This record gives sequence, C-alpha cells and structure tokens, in this order.
Amino acid sequence: MERFNVYASRLITKKEYFSPGHRACQGCAEALAVRLVAKALGQNVIVSSATGCMEIVSSPLPFTNWRVPWIHVAFENTSAVASGVEGGTKALIRKGKLPDKGTVFLGMGGDGATTDIGLQSLSGAFERGHNFLYVCYDNEAYMNTGIQRSSSTPFGAATTTSPAGKLKPGQVTWKKNMGEIAVAHNIPYVATACSSYPFDLIEKVKKAARIHGPAYIHILSVCPTGWRVPPNKAIWIGRLAVETGVFPLYEVENGKYRITVDVPELKPVLDYLKPQGRFRHLTPELVDQIQERVTREYNQLKAKATL
Amino acid sequence: MAKSELELSWKDLEVGCVVSEPGNASQYRTGDWRSVRPVWDTEKCIQCGVCYIFCPDMAIKKTEDGYFEADLYYCKGCGICAQECITGCITMVEEEE
Amino acid sequence: MGERVGIEVSLAAAEAVKMANVDVVAAYPITPQTHIVEHLSELVADGELDAEFIPVESEHSAMSVCCGSSAVGARTFTCTSSQGLALMNEIVFIAPAMRLPIVMILANRSLSGPLSIWNDHTDVMSVRDCGWIQFFTENGQEAFDHVMFSFRVAEDPAVSLPIMMNMDGFVLTHVIEPIEFWDQETVKQYLPDFEPVNRLHPDNPVTMGAFGLLGIFTEAKMAQDQALLNSKAVILEAWKDMGDLVGRYYKPVETYHVEGAETVFLSMGSVGETVSLAVDQLRAQGKPVGQVKLRLWRPFPFEEFREAVRGVKQMIVIDRAITYGGVGGPVASEIRSFLYLEENMPTITNFLCGLAGRDVTVEDYMAMFEKTEQMVKGKVRQEDYIIYGVRE
Repeated sequence: MERFNVYASRLITKKEYFSPGHRACQGCAEALAVRLVAKALGQNVIVSSATGCMEIVSSPLPFTNWRVPWIHVAFENTSAVASGVEGGTKALIRKGKLPDKGTVFLGMGGDGATTDIGLQSLSGAFERGHNFLYVCYDNEAYMNTGIQRSSSTPFGAATTTSPAGKLKPGQVTWKKNMGEIAVAHNIPYVATACSSYPFDLIEKVKKAARIHGPAYIHILSVCPTGWRVPPNKAIWIGRLAVETGVFPLYEVENGKYRITVDVPELKPVLDYLKPQGRFRHLTPELVDQIQERVTREYNQLKAKATL
Repeated sequence: MAKSELELSWKDLEVGCVVSEPGNASQYRTGDWRSVRPVWDTEKCIQCGVCYIFCPDMAIKKTEDGYFEADLYYCKGCGICAQECITGCITMVEEEE
Repeated sequence: MGERVGIEVSLAAAEAVKMANVDVVAAYPITPQTHIVEHLSELVADGELDAEFIPVESEHSAMSVCCGSSAVGARTFTCTSSQGLALMNEIVFIAPAMRLPIVMILANRSLSGPLSIWNDHTDVMSVRDCGWIQFFTENGQEAFDHVMFSFRVAEDPAVSLPIMMNMDGFVLTHVIEPIEFWDQETVKQYLPDFEPVNRLHPDNPVTMGAFGLLGIFTEAKMAQDQALLNSKAVILEAWKDMGDLVGRYYKPVETYHVEGAETVFLSMGSVGETVSLAVDQLRAQGKPVGQVKLRLWRPFPFEEFREAVRGVKQMIVIDRAITYGGVGGPVASEIRSFLYLEENMPTITNFLCGLAGRDVTVEDYMAMFEKTEQMVKGKVRQEDYIIYGVRE
C-alpha cells in the first residue's frame, strides 16, 4: 500500500464518468485505470479512443458506458482524431462559434494501438504540439484479439504469437520504451503510472490535464487473463512491477525527471515473474538476463532523476 | 431501459449510429458473471475505502452506516477487494445455487 | 456577380474553400493536389482565412483528423489523390458510416504501380463502394462552383454525409481558365453555417463509433444506404438554388446533341470537352451521334440517366480506369448492369483509354466510333472491354 493516508480514497470524487456494466474481464486493472483517469478528468473532457479492449467492452451498439463525449474511429489513428477534435474546437472557439470551457482533449489506446500501429499518428500529434493528453493503457500485448505480442510485450513473455517453444523463449525482444520516445519529442509532460497506485495516477492525470501542449502518460494495466494470474491478484502484481523496478513510476516535466514512487531497495524480479503464467517457462539464465537489464535501466533512471 | 440491438429496426438507429444516452450500458447485469461474492465483516472494517477505489467495476458502494458492500447487480466476483483490504475484513463466499 | 479572373484552377478551388469559411484544413502533400493545399496554407498564414491548418504526417491521419474535427462541428476540408486516397482508404469507408460531412477534393490520379503522377480515374473508382457522395467536375468554373455546393450538400442536416469532388489531376487542376468568382454575399445566401446533427461536447455527451454486433450491422448499413439515396433530393435542390443565384444550372446527367442520336458517348470528367468536339465532327458528317456526361456518380442518377439514353441504340462508354480480369471498366460494368433491366437495352462498347494521362484526341474518339460501327454491323460479339491504343 502506498505511504499515503489510508483514508485517501475518501478524497476522490464519488462520481463515475465511466459507468458500471462494462464487459471487461473480472479483475481487469485496465478498466480500473480507465475508471481512475475518468475520475481525474471529470465531465469537461472529449475522449478519442482506439480500437481495443476498452473500446469493445464499453461501446456495444446501442449501448455505451461513457458518460462523457467519446469517439472511436479506428485502431491506429487515435492521436490524429484527437488532433482533429482539438483543432476543430480551437478553430470554433477562435471564430466565436463555441465558448472556451477549457475542455481537456484525451486520446486513449492500448499498447498495440500506441507503440505499434499508432506510433506514427502519435509522433505527428506530438510534433504539431496539439493541446491534448494521450494515455496508453499498457497490458503488454494485443489482448482484445487474443493475447498476441506487441512491441510492449516484455522480454520472455509468452503470447500466442511469441509462444515459448523448444527454440524460442517467448518474446525475444525487449519492451519498447514509450516514455523515452515521448520525452524525445520534447513535449512538456511525460509520466508512467499504474492502477495499483491510484492516487499517484490521479495526480499525474490532473497535472497532465493542466499542461498546455502534448502530454503522455503510460499506464501499466495488469491483465489477469493474458498474464495468467488470478483476477484477485491484479493490483498485487502491478505493485510488484513497481517494487521490483520492472515498471518504475516517474514523471518528466520539461525534460526534468522525478521518480514519484520511490523504492529504496528493489525486490528481485523473480518475485514479479514467478506468479505469472506467461513467464512460467523462464530458465534461471533468462531471469538473470531480465534482472540485469531491469537493474541497469533503473539505475539509469535514478541517475537522470538526480541531475 | 434501452432496447437490445436485436430489437432495433434500422429506423431506430440514430444518425451515424451515435448513442446519445450516456452510460446506458449500465443496465447490463454483469453480476450474473460471478461465482463468488465479497462479504464484509463490519467488526473489522475501518471504512477506509480502499476496496471502493480498487474495484474495476464500480461495484462497491457505501452503506448507510458508512461501511461498504458489493453492488450485486454489477459485482463480477473478481476478489480484488478481498485481496487489497487492509484489515482483511472481506471474505469471498460461494454463490449458492 | 463576382469578378471574372484568369487563374489556375487549383488556386480557384482554394479560394472557394476560403470563401466558404472553412474551419479546419488537414492535408498531406501529393501531386497533383498540392497547389490547392499550398494556396490554402498561404491564405491561413496571411490571415485571409481563419482556419486551423493541420499539416498531418500522412493521408491516413488527414482523414482521421477530419473525422475528429467534423465530429466537434467544425467545417472541414481536405484533398488528396491516388496513393493518398489508397492510404486513407480505411477511414474513407468509416466517415460516411459515422455521417461526418467532410468535403474532399480528389485530384484524380492513377494508382500505382508502376508509380504514375498523371491523371486517370483509377483512384476514384477504387472507392466506388465507400458511401461518399461522389461527383465529377469538368472545367474550372464547375470546380469553383462545386466547392460551395459540396459544403452545402454535405452539411445539410438531412444528408450529413462526406462528399468527394473529383477534378482531373493536371488536366484540370493545373490549367489556367477564366473563372467567375462569387461575391461573399452570394456565398452567404447559398451556404448556411454548419450546424452538426451530432456534436462532441461535454454538455451533451454522445458516443460516436460504437461497434456493431452481428445483430445490428445490417440495420446500420441499411440506414447508411438510405441516407445516401435520400441525399439526391438535397443535391438537386442545391443545384437549382445555385442556378437561381449565379445563372449556372447543373444536372446529374448532362447531355449534348442527344436529340435523335442513335449512338451516344458516355464520358465523365474533363475528357467530356474533347468528346464533344468529336461529336460535333461526326454530326457534321451526318452521323446521329450524341454525348452523355455523367456528373453525379453516387448516388447514381437512375431516372436522369434512363431519360438521357432513351431511344439510343449504341453506347460507347469511356472508362479511365482498369478492372483486371473483370467484365469491363468500372463505368461500363455499372451502366450495363443498370440497363440490363430496361427494355431495348443498347449495345455497349467499352474503351479504356487515357490511362495515366495518355492523351486521347478527337481522332481517337472518332476511331472508337468507327470500331463500334464495325462491331455492330458485323454483328461481332463485343469484347467486354478494349484497352484502347495499346502498342502491340
């Protein structure tokens, strides 16, 4: 549990902008993340969504779980659609056709929609400097289509298109570092978050919403179905990702790094990998490789944060 | 109560298949999915709200006395609340029948 | 009346978009559309047009940005050609399903491969089924007039569909023609402000783009098809009102010398003017020849077309696109299909010509007429299509 006042939950708004009755799996920490982001942003938002788990579970015609304006067009163009929503609203306000209400423009997509097929439109939107917030819900594979690998799938994870077999140990490449890619675009705000740390997540979303210009938040979203953990352990596993340094929680404001959830003594990565069915084939050698990399990257991050 | 898609004629659809009733999916009873459900021991509950904040289905609500209970219409029985409860006052019990 | 100017047609089209007071322009450069977009960006940079000019990183994003901006109620414009249209293909099918009234000028250009920047209709014919309102312009004046028409029809609440205006690349976009501009007062009378049927706004939250289960998809498509068919009434009224205001009346099917014609050419787009010259020459020779110019492509103008070809015995259909291994060029196969159910269906010969900008002259059209006569006289079974002028 975060070192926050245990009663902090009572300070969060009770309103639900993402309604219950959605069709996400039991224990879906991504749905929880969507819920928390929606609470952080409130009513004054326009959401552009990619195709993916969250889109499918929340918008089966003629129903919707969204209590805020929401648009889905296709898979890889969320950032472009959000750019149009932002640009169109900006033009209408400037020409006196709409009052300026300071509406937040949110783009949301999964890891596949962001780091793979949607990377181009995201990069374009960053470069053009649109005033929008992009949230990537990273469950580390193409979960909605049945757990296929993406460039966000971690090394060694088994998916249907990177299965663990006699020759291959699951995913053979390392997770694409979307946070660094976003920072390289020189946008004013980049952060990582996890639904296991709800208050850290909410604070970051609120901060990002106040930024003028592009902001990016990458949320680790535990998927019990795809990661092969029991549904009730979704929050627990997310916490372990942070406590082992696999997914550090940090923010970058105008190039300045700050680790927001400090972990003075990292737990061994095996604590995180062992409970997950997608890693059960890992040999000690592979775990060592992962440990070496996690430790190295965490130290690099710490070094940046002390600059 | 909105109609299910199988009851709609093509003329019932809104222009562009827009859905203009916000959150109307909340009529869907996801509670039918579960096989276990959470039960609170109010002796141990400290009313912190951790269970409430971690529920992915918005299926935990406050009782009149300030304790918490599952909204059985939506609760899918995932057990996150029981796992995360600080005092361990939530137990998952089997649904009968 | 506005002033009459000698101006490159691309620039005139851009000026028309400016006069229509567009709110968002999102486009990616591709020959031969670039002059339109370049001029629009100049107008924005000089403050002559108050719009968000969004220079996107691909055509797929161009159409996506247009979807987003149209969804919040902004008057939205883009243009592309050929490969750009192919790249945005996915979204081109989605926009009309979401009933977003985007206006797009398509500067017709050949689809690769091999790579070609020159004009034909392979790009527009590749999206026949996309669900947009589609029509063709033949000359500069038509291009200017039809920008206003496009916004008016697309944004009409009874329509709310995206509209594709076709201009032949280079052949029309890059030529200098005398064009009579409208004055701003006339534009104001003709083109009301955009009031969207649905708008993304926090005060009235709607969901756009919900996914369709099998139980509802067919109904959604029926609704979309009906919307396209019903747009015809608004299209006809928009043309009538334009005629009343500026004196030029346009029709879904234009005819030239069809009175007493036994043989009729069917053309679309800028080749029409050359075909007319061939018709003049053939008429001078005493041949009963006429021409039908198909302006409105979708929704297909069934009644007007039937009327135009009444009594015709031979039809020479000019296709500027190729359908490999199929039953004819795209236009011919549609015409044959439509006329199949009519009494006294004419014989139809189909020539695929002018591919990737290859010049088709008056003499060529007269040769096509000769060939048709031979086939009909000799009772030779027509080939489904002839690729005209290919060097053996």
